[in-house]
Amino acid sequence: MTKLETLQHELLDLFTSNKETITGQDAPLLNEFRASAFDDFKRLGIPTKKHENYKYTNLESYLTGPEYSYELAPLNFEVNLDDLFHCDIPELATRIALVLNGFYYKHNRPVDLPEGVILCGLAEASREYPELIKKHYGKYAKAENDSLVALNTMFAQDGVFLYIPKNVVLDTPIQIINIAFSLMDLRITRRNLIIVEDSAQGSVLFCDHTLCGKSFITNSLTEIYVGENTNFDLTRLQNENGNSTQISNTFIHQEGNSNLTTNTLSLHGGLIRNNTYAKLNGENSYNNTYGLFLSDGNQHMSTFTNIHHAKPHCTSDQLVKGILNDTSTGAFNGKIYVDKGAIKTEAYQRNNNILLSKTAKMNTKPQLEIYNDDVKCSHGATIGQLDTNALFYIRSRGIVYEEARHLLMYAFANEVIGKIKLEALRERMIDMVDRRLRGELGACENCKIIHN
Amino acid sequence: MLEIKNLHANIEGKEILKGIDLIVKPGEVHAIMGPNGSGKSTLASVLAGRDIFEVTDGSVSFLGKDILDLPPEDRARMGMFLGFQYPVEIPGVSMVNFMKAAINEHRKYNNLDPLSASDFLKLMREKKEIVEITSTLTNRSVNEGFSGGEKKKNEIFQMAMLDPKLAILDETDSGLDIDALRIVASGVNKLRTQHNATIVITHYQRLLDHIVPDFVHVLYKGRIVKSSGKELALELEEKGYEWIKEQY
Ligand SMILES: Nc1ncnc2c1ncn2[C@@H]1O[C@H](COP(=O)(O)OP(=O)(O)O)[C@@H](O)[C@H]1O
Ligand SMILES: [Mg+2]
Repeated sequence: MTKLETLQHELLDLFTSNKETITGQDAPLLNEFRASAFDDFKRLGIPTKKHENYKYTNLESYLTGPEYSYELAPLNFEVNLDDLFHCDIPELATRIALVLNGFYYKHNRPVDLPEGVILCGLAEASREYPELIKKHYGKYAKAENDSLVALNTMFAQDGVFLYIPKNVVLDTPIQIINIAFSLMDLRITRRNLIIVEDSAQGSVLFCDHTLCGKSFITNSLTEIYVGENTNFDLTRLQNENGNSTQISNTFIHQEGNSNLTTNTLSLHGGLIRNNTYAKLNGENSYNNTYGLFLSDGNQHMSTFTNIHHAKPHCTSDQLVKGILNDTSTGAFNGKIYVDKGAIKTEAYQRNNNILLSKTAKMNTKPQLEIYNDDVKCSHGATIGQLDTNALFYIRSRGIVYEEARHLLMYAFANEVIGKIKLEALRERMIDMVDRRLRGELGACENCKIIHN
Repeated sequence: MLEIKNLHANIEGKEILKGIDLIVKPGEVHAIMGPNGSGKSTLASVLAGRDIFEVTDGSVSFLGKDILDLPPEDRARMGMFLGFQYPVEIPGVSMVNFMKAAINEHRKYNNLDPLSASDFLKLMREKKEIVEITSTLTNRSVNEGFSGGEKKKNEIFQMAMLDPKLAILDETDSGLDIDALRIVASGVNKLRTQHNATIVITHYQRLLDHIVPDFVHVLYKGRIVKSSGKELALELEEKGYEWIKEQY
């Protein structure tokens, strides 16, 4: 048996021997999916490098290892929210919820939300709002053809549930802080569901942090449904310790005239793999998939996208940029899939990368599957170094080498951060990236989050 | 101010500068002329510290200090300025941030506090007038999408901001129409004092009608083959470079 096969069996066993505890957490609707997810995971196995989508991401060395524990129920662990977070951005300070090792934190402060908006744990939602869960849970993420989705579905117990009803506009973003904290190395499963009904608007910020130096393996999955005439932004800040692995799957379903942007900033982590699937299922919709990753040491960061144009007159735009240093590796695998009937599609994709060292490696691969002639499509990828002419030009003005280099990296990264619409959030992210590029681990100054 | 002795420089093993000698004193304007490919830009780059060129022999002293081992930023902060023949576009770095960083690096080097935001803006306004450039340019990324003329004006604007002791202007006149040429030249003239010096690299006499040099040197095949007063420029204008090429 290979290491991954052994791991697969261990995880199947873990599930089987703890089935009662897992299903006993009072999230009945999530339980309905477990049996088939178990079968799917058993059948599919964990993708090896032979799998087309995992050719450049070697999961073996990141997923297998010494003993990892697993929390089958939320820890009875109290944190002092004031001590941990002290967000000084007024626009971001008011709506904060904490998710601890994948479980929605019991003592989150109530947040002031417009009428009808629901923010709670997924387990709670499955008890309190079964109609919404039934309609959307597991509908966009399909376990039958992705073993890591199956694995998530098998173990999923909690995460964030956000519901924005029809016509409601959430003008300040909801900030979800995902914390990993443990005395032992730990596997975490996180499952989120976001529903934005017709003509509603909102934005969410996910901040992923490890609070200690333990090794975490997180399988995170987010399903997002946005109805007609909606506007929704998801910004993600991934900032975990170098021993940690995060596989993050995002499944997006968009109805007509919707406008959805994801912007994923991967600042630090051992292995970060972001898979974004979007289905444009109604005419005149816009999808923007943006990403920035900064890797050094031995880190691996990869982005996989799959933008599916199912209806005519939709536009998608992908921009993923990476700066790689030391012996870090990265991959971009960007797919654009245009259905036969999806005429007048516009689909753009760009991936630019800078290698700061001779030993860093980047693999980039566009994949276009287009089944009609009436589309406008473009894709481009570059892998290069910092522009030495520009470096000399800047230094010739008296700016020292380190600072000149920083200016160029920052300018490169800024194209992605600049896409964040909310100014306060954009400024904060600029600041974090700035400090990350200076080699400081970019924790928010006011967040007392420790990185090791 | 600047003393170049027997300067030799290579790129990729090929010798481009083959023994340059030049002395520039405060208050002087030197013109360096010569056909394309003779090594004028190479000389400017070597002086500014571009490391793709390898200095194989000779010395350069600037303000009494041997500078050949100094990085470009140190030479700049000592007061050397290079106006590029081909200014570089830097997408994503705004002119304002670029200049703020440059000014403050100069100040730090001279043990001064950073300029306050309002003083900086005031300085920008003042210097923009010298080269008649607009705010729309300074709000954009460095040289990005600038026309040829705008790029050259932007070089002089940066020179005005940094107030160098020695300015080396590499073909600042090429690609300029008459109006732009007049603006650039008058900018340079306004910045002249008896304490600073200018090296103007050009291969046309045209610019030298506006910026009147004290000395004219002809650089050919990596050597200064002729040095004289401003009348040499007129002679070159009249006769072209053929006679130089024949002689050397
Ligand atoms: N980056 C470079 N790489 C290789 N050769 C160069 C480079 N820059 C200049 N050269 C060579 O050096 C010689 C002088 O060029 P240059 O200094 O640009 O001349 P000028 O400015 O007088 O026209 C030319 O033969 C040119 O090909
Ligand atoms: Mg030249």
